[in-house]
Amino acid sequence: MDFLRPATWEEALAAKAEHPSAVPIAGGTDIMVEINFDHRRPEYLLDLNRVEPLTEWEVGADTVRLGASVPYSRIMERLRTELPGLALASHTVASPQIRNRGGVGGNLGTASPAGDAHPALLAAGAEVEAESVRGSRRIPIDAFYTGVKRNALAPDELIRAVHIKKATGPQQYSKVGTRNAMVIAVCAFGLALHPDTRTVRTGIGSAAPTPVRAGDAELFLGAALEEGGFWESGRALPPALARQFAQLAAGACNPIDDVRGTARYRRHAVGVMARRTLGWAWEQYRATGRPLEGAA
Amino acid sequence: MTEPTTSPATAAPGPAYSGDAGAAATAAGAAPGDARAGTRTALGGARTAAPVGTPTRMTQGSRTRGGIGESTLRPDGTLKVTGEFAYSSDMWHEDMLWGQILRSTVAHAEIVSLDTSEALAQPGVYAVLTYDDLPTEVKNYGLEIQDTPVLAHGRVRHHGEPVALVAADHPETARRAAAKIRVEYRELPVVTDEASATAPGAPLLHPGRDDHHAGHVPHPNIVHRQPIVRGDATAAAGRADVIVTGEYVFGMQDQAFLGPESGLAVPAEDGGVDLYVATQWLHSDLRQIAPVLGLPEEKVRMTLAGVGGAFGGREDLSMQIHACLLALRTGKPVKIVYNRFESFFGHVHRHPARLRYEHGATRDGRLTHLRCRIVLDGGAYASASPAVVGNASSLAVGPYKVDDVDIEAVALYTNNPPCGAMRGFGAVQACFAYEAQMDRLAAELGMDPVEFRQLNAMEQGTLLPTGQPVDSPAPVAELLRRVKARPLPPERQWETTEGADVRALPGGLSNTTHGEGVVRGVGYAVGIKNVGFSEGFDDYSTARVRMEVINGHPVATVHTAMAEVGQGGVTVHAQIARTELGVAQVTIHPADTRVGSAGSTSASRQTYVTGGAVKNSCELVREKVLELGRRKFGSHHPAWATAELLLEGGKVVTDGGEVLGDLVEVLEDEVVEVEAEWRHRPTEAFDLRTGQGNGHVQYSFAAHRAVVEVDTELGLVKVIELACAQDVGKALNPLSVVGQIQGGTTQGLGVAVMEEIVVDPKTAKVRNPSFTDYLIPTILDTPTIPVDVLELADDHAPYGLRGIGEAPTLSSTPAVLAAIRAATGLELNRTPVRPEHLTGTL
Amino acid sequence: MRVTFTVNGRRQEADDVWEGESLLYVLRERMGLPGSKNACEQGECGSCTVRLDGVPVCSCLVAAGQAEGREVVTVEGLADHARRRGDRSGHTPGAGAGSGPAGLSLQDARGWTARGTGSRTGDAAALAPIQQAFIDAGAVQCGFCTPGLLVAADEMLERNPSPSDEDIREALSGNLCRCTGYEKILDAVRLAAARQEPREPQSGGARP
Repeated sequence: MDFLRPATWEEALAAKAEHPSAVPIAGGTDIMVEINFDHRRPEYLLDLNRVEPLTEWEVGADTVRLGASVPYSRIMERLRTELPGLALASHTVASPQIRNRGGVGGNLGTASPAGDAHPALLAAGAEVEAESVRGSRRIPIDAFYTGVKRNALAPDELIRAVHIKKATGPQQYSKVGTRNAMVIAVCAFGLALHPDTRTVRTGIGSAAPTPVRAGDAELFLGAALEEGGFWESGRALPPALARQFAQLAAGACNPIDDVRGTARYRRHAVGVMARRTLGWAWEQYRATGRPLEGAA
Repeated sequence: MTEPTTSPATAAPGPAYSGDAGAAATAAGAAPGDARAGTRTALGGARTAAPVGTPTRMTQGSRTRGGIGESTLRPDGTLKVTGEFAYSSDMWHEDMLWGQILRSTVAHAEIVSLDTSEALAQPGVYAVLTYDDLPTEVKNYGLEIQDTPVLAHGRVRHHGEPVALVAADHPETARRAAAKIRVEYRELPVVTDEASATAPGAPLLHPGRDDHHAGHVPHPNIVHRQPIVRGDATAAAGRADVIVTGEYVFGMQDQAFLGPESGLAVPAEDGGVDLYVATQWLHSDLRQIAPVLGLPEEKVRMTLAGVGGAFGGREDLSMQIHACLLALRTGKPVKIVYNRFESFFGHVHRHPARLRYEHGATRDGRLTHLRCRIVLDGGAYASASPAVVGNASSLAVGPYKVDDVDIEAVALYTNNPPCGAMRGFGAVQACFAYEAQMDRLAAELGMDPVEFRQLNAMEQGTLLPTGQPVDSPAPVAELLRRVKARPLPPERQWETTEGADVRALPGGLSNTTHGEGVVRGVGYAVGIKNVGFSEGFDDYSTARVRMEVINGHPVATVHTAMAEVGQGGVTVHAQIARTELGVAQVTIHPADTRVGSAGSTSASRQTYVTGGAVKNSCELVREKVLELGRRKFGSHHPAWATAELLLEGGKVVTDGGEVLGDLVEVLEDEVVEVEAEWRHRPTEAFDLRTGQGNGHVQYSFAAHRAVVEVDTELGLVKVIELACAQDVGKALNPLSVVGQIQGGTTQGLGVAVMEEIVVDPKTAKVRNPSFTDYLIPTILDTPTIPVDVLELADDHAPYGLRGIGEAPTLSSTPAVLAAIRAATGLELNRTPVRPEHLTGTL
Repeated sequence: MRVTFTVNGRRQEADDVWEGESLLYVLRERMGLPGSKNACEQGECGSCTVRLDGVPVCSCLVAAGQAEGREVVTVEGLADHARRRGDRSGHTPGAGAGSGPAGLSLQDARGWTARGTGSRTGDAAALAPIQQAFIDAGAVQCGFCTPGLLVAADEMLERNPSPSDEDIREALSGNLCRCTGYEKILDAVRLAAARQEPREPQSGGARP
């Protein structure tokens, strides 16, 4: 095993180009477990800790450019207004120690369906900024997850940042685990209201081979809100509407039975979370008509 | 060589720790900030020197009076908060090698071939050992039945069974070498439950059994069977107005102690070996290790290293023999440290159980009878299964008066992971079932569940189903009264001015509810646990106590082989010595095999039995000291001859308080030392057909009230409060008593809502051997645990004390289950409860 | 490879480090600092918690090479760390010790709180307030989780000197303890928080 320690982003890209099998390590919260338990012996470890720009973020007019290694604890504390859904998701990540090390780049690089950030990114709308010595490109989050623990990165690419749409309405995030802290998702649900475009987006974690959106549920709700004039009136949502949304969200799941939960439970729980997060987000919208901070 | 200043006194024959409080900081071998590497040269070549991290003496300062009944603080507290306390995984020795175990990847298979040549050829590899390398004819070990192979011979019987050993210069070298050992398995059908274990033609786990249970079991895949028959259950059932039957399932729990199995074996110049290890019972280990090594016991010198929790999981051997074998083969010190994955395979677990219960009761709420059958899965090797069967059967009725019983408990041999000792064993599984039954009976009768229990509660004098009278206080009804009388915690504590605080709600930080679907439930349970080793076992301990004057002060030194696993035995021993010998300063000698056996730190027995031994040896020392005093000063005062004399505050005093002399003057330069064994009252075996017999020595009772809030839609549970009332006889150290009760309560909570080793029923392989998927409660899962301590003395026990460690683990689980049932209205006959059970989504 | 970093204020160097070694392994096996504990090696228990450039992390999940050039504080350096913090803030966090009788009465032990009095089991001056509080409150049993909890709790009190119970629970939710049921750990943190509040000394100890 070789340990590569690039000091700059350019050096990191060069190292990845030279050794496409190199495994990037930033927070280390996934890869080190695999090494400690002898599940993986990469030929090269590519340490990104010294690449300062990866831990920085920029708040633009419409998006936040979030460095791949910005720790979850920073997102929770500093980006609650701009990225409330991701801030809430960050708060559910493992433990304070892990949140101090891990960042969104790791979740994306690993592309585990259980990664906590995915549903929030899907719901908010985001693009992954991938770069190699060949150049930089933006991969829409919807096209990023290509299979179980697979993503759209080329072997020589590294994740530089994620461009996440700034919230224009309330966002919510829920995750089910069988412990009240420090737990891997049995399943998770993210929801974002986008009053600017009068759309609703969602994200589901751990209930399909990849993180997915509940497309039918989004379309249904978007249309129902539009047709009912709910965006303008801010009326309470009829329970039947929320139920239908929940049912469609559950229908978007394609879960498996595993040691953490049954497929039936996952589908059921996603439905419950969809209904509840919609209720919370809509109440926030009614109360303020503007995005609220996540309660992170 | 220069004596390294940071090293323990390496020249001492017994690994000697540094002396009093001022020097305590040197204990771990390296002062803060000092590089361990800096001491390497100094230790180099000192093969017989104690390794870095060797346990040191602990001495408590002289400012405290600190006798029994006070909450004196732990003598190892400072070392533990500074990081200097040396646990078994912290041992280090110049030139040491790392041991690695290759374990079976399948549960049941014939080993067709085993090729170690490539592994042995790796640079940095010093030894690769298999069954064929075992040095003597003794190739098995075991607590009661020696059925466990040191290394697999031709066959593996469970997932993760040790097959080969590697010693190398770095853990990674050892892992890579182990991966190069080629094992060819031919898989065999697996036996995973009672039906498959006793089916016609079932593969026998241990063909040709000749152990002492083999003759009376109905099938060779049953380790032990204990029926208990008393009265006439069939006739009594005829008197019942209501009969309630239930089938209950208890999942496989892991001890999940945080300090992984680990230790260091150092070969000695005399051909023996020095072993530093975390265990619950040094002498039991020794008895099993020495024959396999082909060494006399005196050449296997064991010292207790720091123990990171135990809870039963260190009663069986883990890496002990393996490290010694590698050390003796290579001539180098060998350290083995399991990681968490391996730890799940490296120790036995709590027996999963299926329990079928039938109770009857009259309309006025009196229990008529109990019929029950308890099937415990012991897995591939016997471990403590026979004793678990004994407890489960003899305590199957719980702390209730039932005259007519027909009870049967069996433990199976299967290809599942071996199961053995864990806190409360046997009694825990039974309590889960009988307490569920009590609630159902009360519901059938339209009675309050606590009143129903109180009506049937055992009292002092009640006969157990074994015919043995309970001959000490049994305040079962009172414990229930106390937990019930507590005010309930306020409702909706999650509500704050800023909205819901999710940390106080089911789901916690995962933000799953802001109060939606949340329903509160309250449940009660009470249990009975036997204390000490039962069924005729010669349960004794040994204490060596020494008294002398050091630097002008009388000092007592207590030396036992008691395994301090966190419970605070070392604290209590010092308290007993102060009370009995009237000294301020007590030194606790490191536990090792240079003193007689202390028995196991299990069965809630150590404060009773080794505490009793320390008390007894102190009394013998006191007699000798008084004899010295009489010789020297007897003529000065008539009370020397006539009064009852005590040692208090460094003086000899009469029971009336008159000071007769100073201990310093009585002792001068004499050293008084006594080593003596001490036993509790003998017990007897249960009759193999009727289960009758005075099998137990003492009982411990605890009751819980659980208040839970359940998110009924998502099936998530938040325990709000788990109040406990327990009779402890006499609290020798109240702070430690409360800590034990809260810790035991929390382990019971864990198995109620999250903890389970999941074994694939088709392959018998463990599916969740990690802390990612075997979940134990975090601080956000654990409620406030108010503790109400009763002190009703057991006159048969030292100071009237009761063993306390296990009882709270019994009733905690059924109380939580009862509360969840109350919140949801579901039957819930299985623990742990998963969200699927609460939402109908299995 | 060689790695060099600062541990508890001292520069440390380790040679022949295998690239897959964790910071935890290097601290424990190469630098003579076994205080940080190896309970799970998968970031699920917090026993290996150290400060890395001030931030609490699981040292089992930091590759040794990632610590190059950085500052690490372990439990072995916690007392020094607390003392320096006290010096900087202009007041020494009082240990709040009284001269009362040893330990707790049964009545107090039954209750939810621990008193700020008690005999010391060592040189009190050498301990950080949180370390002393863990001893005094009975928060140490087997002690294997203790080093990680101390580092995490000390850091929380640095940020949040007057935490609510829920704050304490959240901050320590990454640290598993198997012995205590956490109640005495909560007591200890409350006690340390109470003792670090600047105030007149109380003879009877602090009741948070």
